[in-house]
Amino acid sequence: MKKMFQVSTKTIVATGLGAALFAVLFMYVKVPTGIPETDIQTAYGLGSFFAVLFGPIAGGLIAFIGHALSDALQYGSIWWSWVIASGVSMFLVGLSYTKIRADEGEFGWKDVLRFNIYQILANVIAWIVIAPVLDIVIYAEPVNLVFTQGAVACLWNAVSCGVIGTLLLFAYAKIRPKKGSLTKEE
Amino acid sequence: MKAKLFDYVERHNTIYDLSGVTKLLCFLLLTAAVMFSYDIRAIAVIMALSLVFLWMSKIQFHQIKLMVIYVLIFLLFNFILTFVFSPTYGTEIYGTEHVLFRIFGHYVVTSEQLLYQVTKTLKYASVVPLGIIFFLSTNPSELAASINRAGVNYKAAFAFSLTLRYFPDLIRDYQDIAAAQQSRGLDLSKKEKLGKRIKNILNITIPLIFSTLDRIETISNTMDLRGFGKEKKRTWYAAKPMKRNDLFALGLSLLLFLATIALSIFVNHSKFWNPFV
Repeated sequence: MKKMFQVSTKTIVATGLGAALFAVLFMYVKVPTGIPETDIQTAYGLGSFFAVLFGPIAGGLIAFIGHALSDALQYGSIWWSWVIASGVSMFLVGLSYTKIRADEGEFGWKDVLRFNIYQILANVIAWIVIAPVLDIVIYAEPVNLVFTQGAVACLWNAVSCGVIGTLLLFAYAKIRPKKGSLTKEE
Repeated sequence: MKAKLFDYVERHNTIYDLSGVTKLLCFLLLTAAVMFSYDIRAIAVIMALSLVFLWMSKIQFHQIKLMVIYVLIFLLFNFILTFVFSPTYGTEIYGTEHVLFRIFGHYVVTSEQLLYQVTKTLKYASVVPLGIIFFLSTNPSELAASINRAGVNYKAAFAFSLTLRYFPDLIRDYQDIAAAQQSRGLDLSKKEKLGKRIKNILNITIPLIFSTLDRIETISNTMDLRGFGKEKKRTWYAAKPMKRNDLFALGLSLLLFLATIALSIFVNHSKFWNPFV
């Protein structure tokens, strides 16, 4: 049985490598949309995939460390409000950990729906509530600017989770052996 | 596309020889001070000091050139966007209006808006030298040790140390896979349609992600076999002991932090410094 907040060695290793992978994708693998500074980040698709596989703690830390690392490498400083929002969004996606059993080879249309409800809610909370509010509290950014940025980020991150996250889960479920797929010969 | 951004070069001087914990705590204290305050005087003092520290650390300009360019682009972008979205935000904050000149409609340049935007730009810019010092002058293996000694659970610190250890490896893997796929005719540039481009990107990321999943399996088994996580505490090879200079640096940062807060509470009576009243 999977426990929501259990931290095993595997959770830690998955967090470490997941965060590294998140940072690599965050820096190099983006889909440009034509509008500057608003690329579709494939990293969030990966983040949501890892969050479903390894739980909310791993998911949250992956996005938090990965985002902070890539910020630090690219800008020399960390944009805390968005890093925290990243962590929160993937933590929330991770709450579906006990409900989706892709690691047992099960990922049907019902799970697709469930995963996408979780990720859309998570993205809305993180990017339309937490990121703009923190921007205003910490950096006193103008209100309508941060909510516009938040809405754009929310849309593209939800697209990234919805498309890439779902496809990754499908691919992963396919290569996992199904639970109870072996029967004892009479 | 170079994986050279995190190039730690061993040096010996006052800044490099500070312990990682000291640098982490100083970084957090000073950035917190700058993040809290909207007083351009306090921010300018911290900015000036952090530039002095950057000079003392003898970090070469070619190491940080790329970062500086990114930051400048970002600051310029933020400066313009702020004005386009809220040209009168400064007036709202400071409560007065001193018009310098009018562009058109409600796009008026006021000294309040100018002070607000210059303060904000300086606020972002002043953290950059601090971040650069912290990330480039600290040995990556020592970072995890310092995060743990600053009070973070060692399992989370170890996850962070694994991140730093495998980051360069994954960049190399990514480049290998991308080169292999591109030589087979995969197009990632703007010439391809959006849907196709996402599919092509998936063709590169899927092998990368699934090989990482295998690695996770191997590494976590290895760590389990060696008894990782048995005890409540652990020690670190790379941890440096605290010295006199560490205490001095910590004291200075704490003083600056408290002075900034005190300036806001007792002198300005708000986060903002208002010279217009």
